[in-house]
Amino acid sequence: MAAGDRWKYLYKALSKSGPFSDPDWVPGEETIKSLEESKILVIGAGGLGCEILKNLALSGFKDIHVIDMDTIDISNLNRQFLFRHSDIGKPKAEVAAAFVEKRVKGVKITPFVGKIQDKDEDYYLQFKIVVCGLDSIEARRWINSTLVGMVDMDNPESLKPLIDGGTEGFKGQARVILPSLTSCIECQLDMHAPRPAVPLCTIATIPRQPQHCIEWAHQIAWQDKRKDDSFDSDDMEHIGWVYNTALERANEFNISGVTFQMTQGVVKNIIPAIASTNAVIAAATTSEALKIATSCNPFLENYMMYAGEEGVYTYTFEAEKKTDCPVCGSLARKITVNPDVTLEEFIEILGEQPEAQLKKPSLRTEETTLYQRFPPQLEEQTKSNLKLKLRDLVADGQEVAVSDPAYTIDFRFQLIFT
Amino acid sequence: MLKIWSMKQQQQQAENAEGAAGKKKKKVTAAQLRVQRDLQELTLGNTMKMEFPNPDDILNFTLTIDPDEGMYKGGSFNFTFAVNQNFPHDPPKVKCTQKIYHPNIDLEGNVCLNILREDWKPVLNLNAVIVGMQFLFLEPNASDPLNKDAAEDLRQNRDLFKRNVRTSMGGGNVRSIHFDKVLR
Repeated sequence: MAAGDRWKYLYKALSKSGPFSDPDWVPGEETIKSLEESKILVIGAGGLGCEILKNLALSGFKDIHVIDMDTIDISNLNRQFLFRHSDIGKPKAEVAAAFVEKRVKGVKITPFVGKIQDKDEDYYLQFKIVVCGLDSIEARRWINSTLVGMVDMDNPESLKPLIDGGTEGFKGQARVILPSLTSCIECQLDMHAPRPAVPLCTIATIPRQPQHCIEWAHQIAWQDKRKDDSFDSDDMEHIGWVYNTALERANEFNISGVTFQMTQGVVKNIIPAIASTNAVIAAATTSEALKIATSCNPFLENYMMYAGEEGVYTYTFEAEKKTDCPVCGSLARKITVNPDVTLEEFIEILGEQPEAQLKKPSLRTEETTLYQRFPPQLEEQTKSNLKLKLRDLVADGQEVAVSDPAYTIDFRFQLIFT
Repeated sequence: MLKIWSMKQQQQQAENAEGAAGKKKKKVTAAQLRVQRDLQELTLGNTMKMEFPNPDDILNFTLTIDPDEGMYKGGSFNFTFAVNQNFPHDPPKVKCTQKIYHPNIDLEGNVCLNILREDWKPVLNLNAVIVGMQFLFLEPNASDPLNKDAAEDLRQNRDLFKRNVRTSMGGGNVRSIHFDKVLR
């Protein structure tokens, strides 16, 4: 296919208004150009990531970056279609980038093999939109708080829409987050039901299911017999040991059904990935990216859940922003202080601030506990800081987080030295 | 894209707040902020003490419980708390650092307390955990055992169990297992 033809019909759609497009929207050249120039970041090149990369490339994005720390495993090949058998062991980000670049001419994909935490705000600032296809809550929370923290009123470019996709078996979700403006991942954290855990006592004393025996071998027997080896779920010898130990225990309790595969599933906490669920969710996230980048149609506000266990059910609703969200509830407020005042004096200043009026605050920076009122041992350890000058405790421009029992929300201040 | 920014400006005007600007340093994490708040709201009483080996790291600390009633009265029990960055989505990890004779604590120091595992919810806080821990020493529970022998003793013969608790706390042997001396 000639490079120009691939997006012919997409460009047609972007060249005239539709019934849902914003009245202020200007279709045509400029919109197409802004799409082509939108630098977009895809986090994760796994089941969702492969789909997202392919979709973005086919949707007219031409400058795509992808970040993933993993290497390709044989078990990925059934659904992560950008990978081949000969790619096993190679980094996902690089192989996925090369494959899509080769297949969709005219698209540039820049891979980064590593953790999202390896990159700083300067890296994330270069993108227009961030799309996530992640499998961990921890990584989501990290990117969420990083993007919220980047929002700077003096720079419109600092607000990066975050589009998050997630799947688990037949279920999935897609959401659009405008950091600091709409409900963020931290606001929605209680919507994730934690994985149902089996009580430790059941595992330790009266196993009823093969999974209990595996958990016992993994959590109790390993610690007992192989305390000095740190358990690695990718090490076949380790899995084998857990499998054999679990099997012995299962025999002892007359429980059948412990298999090697089940052992892997339990210790790695695997929920079977369904290729079509990934396809549905990736499609939802990428069409949101297209709509945000071009403004051609209104974007999702702000959460779409998808349940495919029985037939197909989806529901879209607007998750609310939490006023007491520890991440987006309060952006750091700038406070100008003389670096020569002591911490004690600074606390008094905070008490006089009309919007804060903090009476008994505890304060910290990312690295240092500045002052913690309770428990007494910690108060004892930190009270010497009260007599120190701010310049000896914090850096100019550093963030200080303040909690006060009088308020249900916490405050963040960015200290600007005079 | 521009529309999103104008939404943001409107929101900001409505709040009439100054907003953050300039180059930022590392931010306090959500887990740190939550622990800072939880610590402030603790009720320790005089039977519990906390130690912070590194006062700047509030995510790792120890708790000492000195029960003033019940079968474990007179003992002093040490626990390590490790809170990860996923707190409060993940519960804190709690371990007993001594080898003790208790139906709900095994010889490795693992603790069987429902809210540390299957019943943990992000709305629970550190105070709920330490209250639960304290309760384990007032009312050891034979129906959810982690140390089967101790649970069996408690169920069969409460007096024998009490004697075993005293022996173990003094650093003696119970069923030929040696326990750490934990008497104050």
